[in-house]
Amino acid sequence: MVELALPKNSRVQKGRHHPAPAGAKKVKTFKVYRYDPEQPGNPRWDTYDIDVEACGPMVLDVLIHIKNNVDPTLAFRRSCREGVCGSCAMNIGGRNTLACTHGHEEIPGKECQIAPLPSMPVVKDLVPDLTMFYAQYASIEPWLHTKTPEPQQEWRQSPEDREKLDGLYECILCACCTTSCPSYWWNGEKYLGPATLLHAYRWLIDSRDEATGERLDALEDPFKLYRCHTIMNCAQVCPKGLNPAKAIAEVKKMLVDRVI
Amino acid sequence: MATYQFIDHKFDVVVVGAGGSGLRAALGCAQAGLKTACISKVFPTRSHTVAAQGGISASLGNMGQDDWRWHMYDTVKGSDWLGDQDAIEYLCRNAPAAVYELEHWGVPFSRTPEGKIYQRAFGGMTKNYGEAPIQRTCAAADRTGHAMLHTMYGQSLAHDTEFFIEYFALDLIMDEGVCRGVTAWKLDDGTLHRFQAQMVILATGGYGRAYFSATSAHTCTGDGGGMTLRAGLPLQDMEFVQFHPTGIYGAGCLITEGARGEGGYLTNSEGERFMERYAPTVKDLAPRDMVSRAMTIEIREGRGVGPKKDHIFLHLDHLDPKILHQRLPGISESAKIFAGVDVTKQPIPVLPTVHYNMGGIPTNFYSEVVTRLGDDPDKVVPGLMAVGEAACVSVHGANRLGSNSLIDLVVFGRSAALRAASVLKAGATQPELKPAMTDGHIARFDKLRNANGSTTTAALRLEMQQAMQEDAAVFRTSESLASGVKRLEAVQAKRGDLKVSDRGLIWNTDLMETLEFENLVVQAQVTVVGAHNRTESRGAHAHEDFPDRNDKEWMKHTLTWLDDATGAVKIDYRPVHDFTMTNEVAPFPPKARVY
Repeated sequence: MVELALPKNSRVQKGRHHPAPAGAKKVKTFKVYRYDPEQPGNPRWDTYDIDVEACGPMVLDVLIHIKNNVDPTLAFRRSCREGVCGSCAMNIGGRNTLACTHGHEEIPGKECQIAPLPSMPVVKDLVPDLTMFYAQYASIEPWLHTKTPEPQQEWRQSPEDREKLDGLYECILCACCTTSCPSYWWNGEKYLGPATLLHAYRWLIDSRDEATGERLDALEDPFKLYRCHTIMNCAQVCPKGLNPAKAIAEVKKMLVDRVI
Repeated sequence: MATYQFIDHKFDVVVVGAGGSGLRAALGCAQAGLKTACISKVFPTRSHTVAAQGGISASLGNMGQDDWRWHMYDTVKGSDWLGDQDAIEYLCRNAPAAVYELEHWGVPFSRTPEGKIYQRAFGGMTKNYGEAPIQRTCAAADRTGHAMLHTMYGQSLAHDTEFFIEYFALDLIMDEGVCRGVTAWKLDDGTLHRFQAQMVILATGGYGRAYFSATSAHTCTGDGGGMTLRAGLPLQDMEFVQFHPTGIYGAGCLITEGARGEGGYLTNSEGERFMERYAPTVKDLAPRDMVSRAMTIEIREGRGVGPKKDHIFLHLDHLDPKILHQRLPGISESAKIFAGVDVTKQPIPVLPTVHYNMGGIPTNFYSEVVTRLGDDPDKVVPGLMAVGEAACVSVHGANRLGSNSLIDLVVFGRSAALRAASVLKAGATQPELKPAMTDGHIARFDKLRNANGSTTTAALRLEMQQAMQEDAAVFRTSESLASGVKRLEAVQAKRGDLKVSDRGLIWNTDLMETLEFENLVVQAQVTVVGAHNRTESRGAHAHEDFPDRNDKEWMKHTLTWLDDATGAVKIDYRPVHDFTMTNEVAPFPPKARVY
């Protein structure tokens, strides 16, 4: 029988503990994944006892509080802090989401675990390497393809046709969905994953786009599209409330429709 | 000192920043056949353009008659006559083509029943030279910036721009007054890079994070402005900082002016729609500086809402929930998350919040950086351009109108590319870079990396942010500004005592935040010094000891230089361009600014 084990250097070890400051009113423990590529040793779980009354309401507020007041070496991405830039996607309490729109009160219990997005290589601490995710996004040619000469003014699009883009164009490329997908964990190099496929559908369904056939040709492949097995983690975790699984199903339907 | 080795790159053009203006400039340069690099500290779609909500102004006339001259008049008046009228003409007459271009690239604009781009009302946008509000702001629901930025990034992928993502730009490579490139630090492997180019285009955004509470993203640290000051070049009109009337109370997140454009209104503790008193013609659709002042006065006079009477209500609860869902879905979500408010039933608690920097790196309407040299107030700095919020063209003057920033990004991003294409020759030989040009960059980087004092970057940054928040607010006085100058000097003095805990080179965000702080603090300082120096009130600069606009003495741009070593600020001026670009429109002479 084959014995499967994690490589030795990927075992996460117990790390440092940072106790709460004296006089803390409401303490919650945050267990944070730490990895420094410039230091020897395995990744570790550092624990921070934080007075959440001294922080803002969101998990990002807690992380910033830690960075400003407890441990400036903690690395994570963040920018807009209002759920539109997609920088601070991470795994919080076992679920992929944005740190900036996820309240720390929402996590039950006294301890909250924070880890980088799963399945991606970790650059440092909570910073994953998203190179492959971005390359896959680029591979579907996410721009308007037209053949008809451009009009002097705008392309006309009816409000009904425009409405078809709702639930698609709002994607912020945070990668929460893609990195929560077991099928992507398994076949990430060949399966495009939910975020990229949602964007593929966004251009397929745009009434102004004139490359529907070519776009469908590019997706007709046993791996790129058909590794979606409707597990639905993508729709479960999307912090913008989008449904990539449905978009993928629509693409599959378009492929069937053009054969029959 | 540790030894550092540069990795060298050579391009025709290097664009620093990948927001709306940076992407547009890079795309245009690549289209023109110039070998173009775009370097950014964040992945392009994470740039702050993504957070722009309400829309992009252009006189398309989709909702009724419009004219670019009306747009120009509104922008000049909105700027309180500090805007350069030649540049404003350039902006407004090129705006419609720029919006059509975005639409052709695929921006998912909202639509009218005829299938045209939907346009909404916005503050200060009027028809027939101030007669009544007009619908001029093109919108993709309330996610226009997001829709634009994602579309422009997609479009860039169709062209030959080479992206260098998560590279942090350090300093400009200057060679006797000529810009030859930029140095950068690659975050994911810790290497240092030297980008040589015939032209550097700074598209690095604003420095909103100099304040404690801002709608700006954490990454809005005005890195290009800091680099410019360190290169010995001036910044312009830095005293003009826009407060957006409707930041969510507490969180500071933005609620678009489009909320009022769609019929929302503000009330005080007496339930009064107080804007009717301050701007009888356009009411809640007055420009941002006026609404922010009105709100501040209401709060000061005891008519604020909430237990502390320290904010104002924005009502959308009278609007059709269907319209809210269709046109304002994003802010409905934000209000729920950050204020716990259901906008269909309750008002949103709001407060004027730092939002935009009218000031920046001075440029002409070709986007070339200019400085004052002796008697020449428009001396072009060879090899350097600036666009977007980082720049001061100046089309926004003393106060920007809502939805004029997105159009500024694409119109001047394009103008920079056109100019670069006309003055540069693709592949032209470039002079060799000498180590002396970049020794200072490395020394500064290494010094901060090993900073071992007793004040953390977070602590000193907070001290700066609190000083700015308290002393350079919506209303300023000689006393508050003098205090601001002193407090910023104290912060400057403590820079030598900074402490950085992380000594690494890979994704060392402690060091990155310190480098960002270094960029913020110099701009904060020239902001308060410029504000203290300007003894009048104009646009966003409301000086209570000098409540009137003084065109005779102050219709001029402030230029501020900063000596990074001593912290000394030098002030000079450039005349406002009170002339137009062509004869197709006459300049608008200054008059009282009432709405």
